[in-house]
Amino acid sequence: MRLTAADGYTAQRSYSISSPPERPEIELIVERLEDGEVSPYLTDVLRRGDLLELRGPVGGYFIWPTGTNEPVQLIAGGSGVVPFLSMLGHHRATGGSRSVRLLYSARTVDDLIGRDELDHQPATVEVNLTLTRGVPAGWPGLTGRIDAVLLAGHTIPPAQAPHLLVCGPTGFVETVAGALIELGHDPGRIKTERFGASGGPS
Amino acid sequence: MTDPDGVADRRLDANAAAGPLAELFTVDLTAAVTTCAGCGNRAPLAAHPLYADAPALVVRCPNCAGVVLRYASNGSRLRLDLTGARLLTVTLGLD
Repeated sequence: MRLTAADGYTAQRSYSISSPPERPEIELIVERLEDGEVSPYLTDVLRRGDLLELRGPVGGYFIWPTGTNEPVQLIAGGSGVVPFLSMLGHHRATGGSRSVRLLYSARTVDDLIGRDELDHQPATVEVNLTLTRGVPAGWPGLTGRIDAVLLAGHTIPPAQAPHLLVCGPTGFVETVAGALIELGHDPGRIKTERFGASGGPS
Repeated sequence: MTDPDGVADRRLDANAAAGPLAELFTVDLTAAVTTCAGCGNRAPLAAHPLYADAPALVVRCPNCAGVVLRYASNGSRLRLDLTGARLLTVTLGLD
């Protein structure tokens, strides 16, 4: 997305699309960063009817595996769930029969993105949510950061050789990818996308 | 998500360079297998670490950390340095 100010100054940012390709409109989820240059504008100033300059979609690496029916394990931290919302929407729209699991970590229940959608997935999809800070009474999901123990208990095991897609902040992605390899997953099956804060792709 | 000093989180994947590089290339370069000129390591460009806060986008080798690609765009001029990339292999028809 490129924004151009009246004086010609431009700022360009990359955002993940959360809507599936089957939908005619495009949905982007923007995380507001207090010290950000672009996200406060998009979340506070932008109004219905304003024009945006977009190019894309770009990036053919961190994508839903096609041409196979092998299982897919998605692992998200924070707003790293956004591209997975698009993938799960595609899986549902195409009536896919492959087995899919999502393990998604957020700070609090209010930080969960797309929870309503995640609560209503087809039978082929299993979603596990974990909260790392503050758990409301009656929370039915998991608690604590994603580590080797949580991964061993709530993801597709290495014996099933799933495709593994990991998306989140840099530290999260590196911790999870390392733990997956320790659990015995083939590093060649693991694809990662690190999300940056403060003006990076988010 | 938000790192207090905003530094640690800025080591991204070269995936995030897909948009800027699309200004210059007609194919998706992030899916291209890149051979490091320094150590010969081969990996998809998207799986390389990207340092986005330098004056240019700096893509480093995941094996030896050598600079593989630098790309800068200031609106009127694009600069691309591929000194550190011995070979780029693009597979056509991925879509």
